[in-house]
Amino acid sequence: MVDIQTWRAWLLTDTPTSRRHAKLSTLYQGWLSFRGNTMAMVGLWILTLLVLTAFAAPLLAPHDPFAQDLANRLQPLWSDGHAFGTDSLGRDILSRLIYGSRITLYIVALVALIAPISGLLVGTVAGYVGGWTDQVLMRITDIFLAFPRLVLALAFVAALGAGIENAVLAISLTAWPPYARIARAETLTIRSSDYISAIQLQGAGAMRIITKHIWPLCISSLIVRVTLDMAGIILAAAGLGFLGLGAQPPSPEWGAMISEGRRFILDHWWVATMPGMAIFTVSLAFNLLGDGLRDVLDPKDSEK
Amino acid sequence: MALAENNSEGRRKAPLELWIRTTFLTLGSIIVTMLGLMFVTFIIGRVMPIDPVLAIVGEQASKSTYDAAYEQLGLDRPIIVQFAYYVWDVIHGDFGKSLLTARPVSQDIARVFPATLELASIGVFAGIVLGVPLGVVAAVKRGSWIDQVARVIALVGYSMPIFWLGLMGLLIFYGILGWVGGPGRVGIFYVDIVPSVTGMILVDSILDRNWLVFKDALSHIVLPASLLGYYSLAYISRMTRSFMLEQLSAEYITTARVKGMSESAVIWRHAFKNIRVQLITVIALSYANLLEGSVLTEIIFSWPGIGSYITTALLSADMNAVMGGTVVVGLIFILLNIFSDLLYKFFDPRAK
Repeated sequence: MVDIQTWRAWLLTDTPTSRRHAKLSTLYQGWLSFRGNTMAMVGLWILTLLVLTAFAAPLLAPHDPFAQDLANRLQPLWSDGHAFGTDSLGRDILSRLIYGSRITLYIVALVALIAPISGLLVGTVAGYVGGWTDQVLMRITDIFLAFPRLVLALAFVAALGAGIENAVLAISLTAWPPYARIARAETLTIRSSDYISAIQLQGAGAMRIITKHIWPLCISSLIVRVTLDMAGIILAAAGLGFLGLGAQPPSPEWGAMISEGRRFILDHWWVATMPGMAIFTVSLAFNLLGDGLRDVLDPKDSEK
Repeated sequence: MALAENNSEGRRKAPLELWIRTTFLTLGSIIVTMLGLMFVTFIIGRVMPIDPVLAIVGEQASKSTYDAAYEQLGLDRPIIVQFAYYVWDVIHGDFGKSLLTARPVSQDIARVFPATLELASIGVFAGIVLGVPLGVVAAVKRGSWIDQVARVIALVGYSMPIFWLGLMGLLIFYGILGWVGGPGRVGIFYVDIVPSVTGMILVDSILDRNWLVFKDALSHIVLPASLLGYYSLAYISRMTRSFMLEQLSAEYITTARVKGMSESAVIWRHAFKNIRVQLITVIALSYANLLEGSVLTEIIFSWPGIGSYITTALLSADMNAVMGGTVVVGLIFILLNIFSDLLYKFFDPRAK
C-alpha cells in the first residue's frame, strides 16, 4: 500500500514530471480549494445523495409510487407507514418523491448535454470562421435569445405535444444561446493568439484547430455556466410539469405533483408542499455547487 | 425605433456617415430579429398537431365545407407565401380570431395586457426600492450580516420555484392568516364596478374615486406583486452588489478617500454615480424577465393577464391566440433589450 502522504506530496509538487502529472496536480489543488468552500460542499453532498437516491429508488421507497389506495387518501404527515402522507389517490408521497428524483436527474442530464454542446458548436464555428457564417449564426442566436424562455418552451411543447422528451427539447432550445455567446467570445480571444497562428503555419485545418485547440479552452467556462444553469433547468422543467406540459400523470414528476396538490392546498397543504421542498433543495444545491465551481475554475469572475 | 434615432442624435460629434451606418445597422438587426421571432412562432403554429380547419368547421362538416374553409384560411398556398401574409397581418395588428373567445386576438391582448403590466410594474418597483439599497449596503459592508442576508435572499430567489412560493403564500397569508385577498384581481362583489379606462384596476379605481374597490384590489395584488418583487429584488440586489464591488475597488475611490472625502460622499457621489447606467440596463432586463415570470404567477393567482391568456389558449388548442400572445411578449422582450442596449450606449461615454 502506498502511503497517502506520498500521494499528497506527488500531487502537490511544483515540478511536475509529465503532462498528466501536471494535470492531476492542478485538479487536486482545485479540489482542495473547492473543499474549503463549505457551502459548495453542502451542495455537492445534497447532489450526491440525490444521485444515490435515484439509483437506489426501488430499495429506498417504502411503497409502490403508483399504487393507489383510495381508503387512505390525503393522509397527513407522519401517519402510519406514510412519512410524508398520501396524495388524493392514496399514493405514498415519499415514494413518489424518491422515484421523481429519477425524472429530475434525467431531464437535467439531457439538457445539460444537449444545450452546451450545441452552443459550443455554433459559438466556436461562428467565432473561428467569422464573416458571413458568423453573422448568420449569431443572428439566429440573437433571435432565440430574444424569446422569453418559458413562453418559447410553452409554445414549443404545445407544438410537439406534452411529454418529458419534448420538454427536454424545448428547454434545450431555449438554453443553448448563452453558451453559443460565451463560446464565441472565448474563440475570438483564442483565435488571435500566437499559438493558434503557429499551428496554422504547421498546416492544421480548421476542424482540427477547433476541436483540439479551441474546445478544451472553452470547457471550463462552459462547465461553470452549466452548473449555474442547472437550477434554472430544474425550475423550468418543474414549471412545464406544473402546467401539465411536461411529464404526464401518473408519472411522479415533482412539478406535476405540485399541480395535483394545488387543488387541496388549503386543507391538505403537504401534498403540494413536499414536492416543492424537493425542487427547492435540489436547485439550491446546484446553485451552491455552481458558485463554488466558479470560484475554483474561473477565479477572475468570482465575487471574492 | 424612435429611440435609435434619438441615440444617433446624441452622437453628433461622430462623423455623419458613421452614425447613419450605425442607425441602419441597428434598425436592420432589430427588423431581422423581429422577423425571426415571427418566423419561429409561425412555424410552431403550423406544426401544432391541431387541424385549424376542423377547429372552425367542426368534426361533422362535409368535405366541401372543409375545403372551402381550408382555402379561406389560405392553407393551400405555399408556406412562404403564408408567412408573408402572416407578417403583413401582424404589422397591421391583426393576429386573427381567437377560437376560444371568438374575438380578434389583438382585442383580447389589449384587454389582458394591462393586468400583467400592473402586476409586473409594482413588482419591479418593489425590487428597485428594496434591491438597490440592499445591494449597495451589502457591497459596502462586505462580509457583514447584511451581506449574508442579501446573499441568502438571492440564493433562495434563484432556487425557489415561483409557482410553489406563490402557493405557499396563498396558503399562509390567505388561507391561514386571512391578511390578503384570494386569487383574482378583485373580490366577486367588486367585479366590473369601476369603468375600465387604463385597464389597470388600481389606476381605474383611483380615477373613479372608488376607494372600496381600490382597497379590495390592493389586497388582491399585494401577494402576487410581492412575489414578483421578491424575484426582481434577488436579481437587482445581486447585480448592484457586484457592480458596486467593482467600483469600490477602483483607484479613484482610494484617491477620494485619501482626499478626506466623507464615506457617504465616496459611496453615493462617486461609486454609485458610476453604476447608474449598468443598473438601468439590469432593471430593464428584470422587467422583461418579470413579464415572463408572470406566466406561472398568473396561473397560481388566477390573474387574468397575458400569461394566463397564453396558457389557457395553449391548453385549449387556440392557435391564433397562442401565436399572437407569443409574438407580443417576444416583441416587448426585444424592445426592452434594445432599449437597455441603447441606454447603455447613450450614457456610457466609453461605448461611444
